[in-house]
Amino acid sequence: MFDLDNWQEIFTTIRKNKLRTFLTGFSVGWGIFMLIILLGSGRGIFNGVEAMFDNEAINSIQIRPGTATIEYKGFKAGRRVRMENSDYDYLIETYPGIDKSSAFDYFWGQGISYKSESGNYTVRGVHPGYRDFAKTIVLEGRFLNELDITETRKSAVLGKLVVQDLFGKESALGKYVNVSGVPFKVVGVTDDKGSEWEQRAVFIPISAAQAIFRGGSQEFGRMTVTTGDLSLSEAISLADQMERDLKQRLMIDPRDQRGINIRNNNEEFAKYANVMKGIDAFVWVIGIFTIIAGIVGVSNIMMIVVKERTKEIGIRKALGATPFSIIALILQESIFITAISGYIGLLLGIGLLELVNTLLPEGTPFFKNPGVDINVAVYATLLLIFAGSLAGFFPAKKAASIRPIVALRDE
Amino acid sequence: MNEMIKISELNKSYQMGSNSLHVLKGIDLTINEGEFVSIMGSSGSGKSTLLNILGLLDEHDTGDYRLNNVLMKGLSESKSAYYRNQFIGFVFQSFNLISFKNAMENVALPLYYQKVPRKKRNELALEYLEKVGLKDWAEHLPNELSGGQKQRVAIARALISQPKIILADEPTGALDSVTSEEVMKIFKDINQEGITVIIVTHENEISALTDRIIRLRDGLIEQPEYV
Repeated sequence: MFDLDNWQEIFTTIRKNKLRTFLTGFSVGWGIFMLIILLGSGRGIFNGVEAMFDNEAINSIQIRPGTATIEYKGFKAGRRVRMENSDYDYLIETYPGIDKSSAFDYFWGQGISYKSESGNYTVRGVHPGYRDFAKTIVLEGRFLNELDITETRKSAVLGKLVVQDLFGKESALGKYVNVSGVPFKVVGVTDDKGSEWEQRAVFIPISAAQAIFRGGSQEFGRMTVTTGDLSLSEAISLADQMERDLKQRLMIDPRDQRGINIRNNNEEFAKYANVMKGIDAFVWVIGIFTIIAGIVGVSNIMMIVVKERTKEIGIRKALGATPFSIIALILQESIFITAISGYIGLLLGIGLLELVNTLLPEGTPFFKNPGVDINVAVYATLLLIFAGSLAGFFPAKKAASIRPIVALRDE
Repeated sequence: MNEMIKISELNKSYQMGSNSLHVLKGIDLTINEGEFVSIMGSSGSGKSTLLNILGLLDEHDTGDYRLNNVLMKGLSESKSAYYRNQFIGFVFQSFNLISFKNAMENVALPLYYQKVPRKKRNELALEYLEKVGLKDWAEHLPNELSGGQKQRVAIARALISQPKIILADEPTGALDSVTSEEVMKIFKDINQEGITVIIVTHENEISALTDRIIRLRDGLIEQPEYV
């Protein structure tokens, strides 16, 4: 079936029947092109949504004190709610469902300097657990630890862009940087996939931050806890319990929506995950229908081809063609055309996705790095070739059963 | 002398809806190797059916058919394809050239099914085209050729596999009388080389050029006459 002569026979046929070949190939090429575009876009949406969560662990719950809007037990409406270290400790001790945790505060635009280099950065006072929440990657040294907190050490962990700004090529570890006039020892360098903003972070122990920026008060701005491997419903009930508990503890009316703000990433992500599942299913349904349309198209055209070639096949049989050689002729042509045009469709599809990727403005929400796995592409092509041969088989069978005497009968 | 074709008590019917049409009603016929024979008869006499059976394009119902002393019975499709390819060269009224192949490729096609290498079969095809006087037309497509030229290409194609028999179904039916004569001259030459030539025709001028005329009437052979 694969000797050179056979191919030459097929090439001759293809060369002499360009329109027919193009029509057959087009339906397949178009099918695979659409499939690649759909799968690639689906991947783009998936990546886009995933990237939105690159900043924060998807199993985290964020708690932020707000402003009480309802008068409660003698506390006036309009009061700013404060959370302090004791509240943080209370929550951690009370709820065993909490995995990692951190209270944290952002102090914007703080001057940081090393020797003659200086710049303004956001300083974050955090607990060690912040690293798990922000998905921070430690490149060198270490992140902050419990001792840094309890002993209020002047330890700092710098994002890699800060190190680049202040130290250039020099190593930052063990050096002292000036944070708002207070010397801090650099104990680690970090990276973050979320954004450049995250790569410009400066982390110091929350206790040190409170001492420097809050005049020694016990207050903090926000806190976050991760829920480990709790299920979605467990995580939701944990968040609800903490909210009720905190409202009581912080003297907020249970009906007050603004006294305390709790954001559950579990829930947020589950929403997106559901949407993504839907999109995925949609893409596959469309993809499968596109393939079916391709198969029917090829089968249809091959049927016409066989009809059109009835006389030719009759002649070939009269000259000594065996039924098998006729089947091979039709099938091989069908598979060849399917494979080549499928491949062209594949290349065009990937090309378009790459183009979109290049033209896509940085940070477009919900869409990032569209593209397909090479595996998906190969499987799709193999599937289409298989489908093409399946589609070509019945017309080929029909062709083989053509009786030369009928085919050659003069009209 | 070797009996190239020997048929006895050959019957063939066609099912036309609920009616059965008895076309060949017990034919006995022997054609020796090297004969130049014409089969004549009015339309519906069964002459084309007989030719199709002789050419293994159609199967008979009952009776025996021996081709080159081999009994042709219950042949598989591949087997009959093999015999067609090895023993028989066809020439048709409407030429039946493949329209997208040039003259040389058309002539070479039977050798493709004998697995002859491309180069070799194209060489042979040119040789046979030269035989029918069309070497200069080798690269032309069938629609660039005249009727007579097409039929000569078809004859070259029938000859290239060096068959024992040439079966020609109204080979001059679509040609004018001058071209017809030329074509018949070629058949005569072929026959001179020892190939059995059987021509189906309804034209007396054509059959008159053959050595033996077999007349069919209503599915039976009339008394054979020798010219």
